[in-house]
Amino acid sequence: MSDQLAIELVGVDKRFGQVHANKDIHLKVKKGSIHGIVGENGAGKSTLMSILYGFYHADSGEIRVDGRKVSIPSSQAAIALGIGMVHQHFMLVENFTVLENVILGAEGGALLAGGMSKARAELKRLADDYDLKVDPDALIEDLPVGLQQRVEILKALFRSADILILDEPTGVLTPAEADHLFRILRVLRDEGKTVLLITHKLREIMAVTDEVSVMRRGEIVATRQTSKTSMGELAELMVGRRVLLEVEKGPAQPGRPVLTVENLTVRDARGVDVVRNVSLEVRAGEIVGIAGVSGNGQSELLEAIAGIRAVISGTVTVDGTRVDLTQGGTDPAAMRGLGLAHVPEDRHRMGLVTRFPECENAILGYHRDPAYGRGPFLDFDRIRKAAKTEIEKYDIRPAECMLKTANFSGGNQQKIVLAREIERDPVILLVGQPTRGVDIGAIEFIHKRIVALRDAGKGVLLVSVELDEIRALADRVLVMFDGKVVGERAPETAESELGLLMAGASGQEAAE
Amino acid sequence: MTAGQLPRWVDYGLMPALNVAAAFLVSGLVVLLIGENPVEAVKVLVWGSLGWNEGIGFTLFYATNFIFTGLAVAIAFHAGLFNIGGEGQAYLGGLGVALACLALDRYVPWWVTLPFAVAGAAAFGAAWAFIPAILQAKRGSHVVITTIMFNFIAASLMVYLLVNLLSKRGSMQPETRTFESGGRLPLLQDVLPGTNFGSAPVNFSFLLALAACLLVWVIVWRTRLGYEIRTFGANPVAAVYAGISPLRITVVTMLMSGGLAGMMAINEIMGSQHRLLIEFVSGYGFVGIAVALMGRAHPVGIVFAAILFGMLYQGGAELAFEMPAITRDMIVVIQGLVILFAGALEHMFRPALLRIFGVLAARPAPAA
Repeated sequence: MSDQLAIELVGVDKRFGQVHANKDIHLKVKKGSIHGIVGENGAGKSTLMSILYGFYHADSGEIRVDGRKVSIPSSQAAIALGIGMVHQHFMLVENFTVLENVILGAEGGALLAGGMSKARAELKRLADDYDLKVDPDALIEDLPVGLQQRVEILKALFRSADILILDEPTGVLTPAEADHLFRILRVLRDEGKTVLLITHKLREIMAVTDEVSVMRRGEIVATRQTSKTSMGELAELMVGRRVLLEVEKGPAQPGRPVLTVENLTVRDARGVDVVRNVSLEVRAGEIVGIAGVSGNGQSELLEAIAGIRAVISGTVTVDGTRVDLTQGGTDPAAMRGLGLAHVPEDRHRMGLVTRFPECENAILGYHRDPAYGRGPFLDFDRIRKAAKTEIEKYDIRPAECMLKTANFSGGNQQKIVLAREIERDPVILLVGQPTRGVDIGAIEFIHKRIVALRDAGKGVLLVSVELDEIRALADRVLVMFDGKVVGERAPETAESELGLLMAGASGQEAAE
Repeated sequence: MTAGQLPRWVDYGLMPALNVAAAFLVSGLVVLLIGENPVEAVKVLVWGSLGWNEGIGFTLFYATNFIFTGLAVAIAFHAGLFNIGGEGQAYLGGLGVALACLALDRYVPWWVTLPFAVAGAAAFGAAWAFIPAILQAKRGSHVVITTIMFNFIAASLMVYLLVNLLSKRGSMQPETRTFESGGRLPLLQDVLPGTNFGSAPVNFSFLLALAACLLVWVIVWRTRLGYEIRTFGANPVAAVYAGISPLRITVVTMLMSGGLAGMMAINEIMGSQHRLLIEFVSGYGFVGIAVALMGRAHPVGIVFAAILFGMLYQGGAELAFEMPAITRDMIVVIQGLVILFAGALEHMFRPALLRIFGVLAARPAPAA
């Protein structure tokens, strides 16, 4: 790390209508460093990076790259200045090869052959220099997510980026893949590149950055040397108050079984059994956590129990009522009627209609409830009133029930879904990834709500790929691997043992 | 908060107006190219459609057809379905109307026949949409393909019926007998005192069309069913999560869509022609797509878009008469341009408007 500045922002300011997204931002990023930017969702991190990458234009202020004042009207201009961006959602053509994706937009002439062979040589050099090995002829769709991300980094480096912006890069990665990414970032730094890492995960900031800037409500509230700060301090700076990183909860007092799943098998469209003969039980007043690496059948398990996904075999008993899922059991409305609520893993894809105003999402799945109207009609006065109550109780911001749901931040969208499902007073709540893409302040709140539901004598079945979350919340942990439940452990079990179970080791191997 | 929102009046008022203005501008250039004066052409067009009572009457008569077919396309849009079979559904709707009128016209007054004719129009139109709907819901056959094919089947079926079964005995004309007074709707000027539309055929159906707009608005935005339709259209995965049956919504929406398209026949058959005849739909079903696009699938927008297209039909006829160099085909070109700008290039002005209104909205912020 040198004292030269790769990027300097002086008084950058940006408004969207009434929203002041970035207020007078002053930021110095040293050349050859990894600089983290943390902040809650909606704190203005993404807007700031979009300004830097030419998607938005700042209303006022100055951007300096390598000490020179620049204007960045487009992403092409950003690339020309040596700024590369790795987006949270990859911008790759799935059925192209790695090489084709890398040269896309930089083909170097009308005929491909020349550019291709040059690019191939360049890729090899980059792979050697930065330990970024990817088969240039592999199709993107055949690559695991971690390698796809590597292709994104290669794309930026191929365009001779010296400054690399990574937006929430670990959201889609397994812990091992994330570790590998961090190793790559360190190599890049040591080779003189500058890395801007945007994240809301403090653990990552502590693990990999040299310096960290904290954003809150559009402002940079502090910049610290990573070695001289702590997760607690950063969390406090982000949220503006002291945050409990631990979940406070007493011992569980399990009662009668409220959810019993027997012999559940789910086959996906490719004909693969993704859930294999799973049986489990959740009692009133306990949280059962399902740990596992993403893609081991947890998602399908939840969807099958909720009645969304067709099954090969299996029955579900909710609060004493037994439903054979193979006999026309795929009826989410009927499952809801039995007192089963479901917070789906992917709120954008499944849990919300982002085009609708907030209040219309607050009744999704419960729109047939007599409380919301008379006969075939909906009563929007009542719907708005109910939505406002939930907004208040769950501190959903902005408190506008007519605002389009897409305009809420991720954490607030998640609160909309949680409020809707929890306020229905279910006997059993299925929760998938309750805090994915959610900021710290909201995580604390969401965890508290889930524990409160348990303490009110309800059952909770929790699926999360964040082992920390499972260990913090669950009273019992089931580990899923390859569609099967491979073990049950207490949440206090060592992380290493759970990790081994998640990786497919047998129970005995894991215990050793 | 993302920067993607415009005030509602801009989204639903200013932008369509700009689109239409752009379409007329380009049309003006075309008129100029063929050696006529575009300003004169616009004068003739506007005067011909709005400048005299009979012209207004014709404009509203055509608009009635467009409201029905536009609503049909719009309600399907809300469920994410693209029903381009309005043409065939309206054609079959005509059969329903005619059967009711032929059965009753000699015995009862029009207002007794009307409910049966409406039921017939809706039922036959809906039935024609049912098969594509069930094919889509159960088999995944895309409604765009099936509904357009059903237009051709409808055309052949109606020719067969009119030639072989329904035509007057001894007549070479493929049409039914003319309805008696019990099968004829009163003219609008006879229903609304104080109005006078000359010899224009605008009739009671216009009021029915306005009622249909209200009905569609209530269904889509004020009922549980409409909520399900919109949810399914906006996010089918979320709809399944919410316990909404894709099969049911697809079928129910297509039935309503087909029924609305069929209602167009009330205006043409019972309101104007007073007999069922071959090819009476003559493209109104297809123009409904443009009307729905331009009206942003909202009933109020559809009324305005339908009136605009009614103007183009009526004013265009006047134009072809006054300026022989501008033929009927020229009018089709203008209509095509309106469709292009209002439908296909709908969002052309959006980025610029966003910028303008972004600046305007930011200005009062410091005071707030």
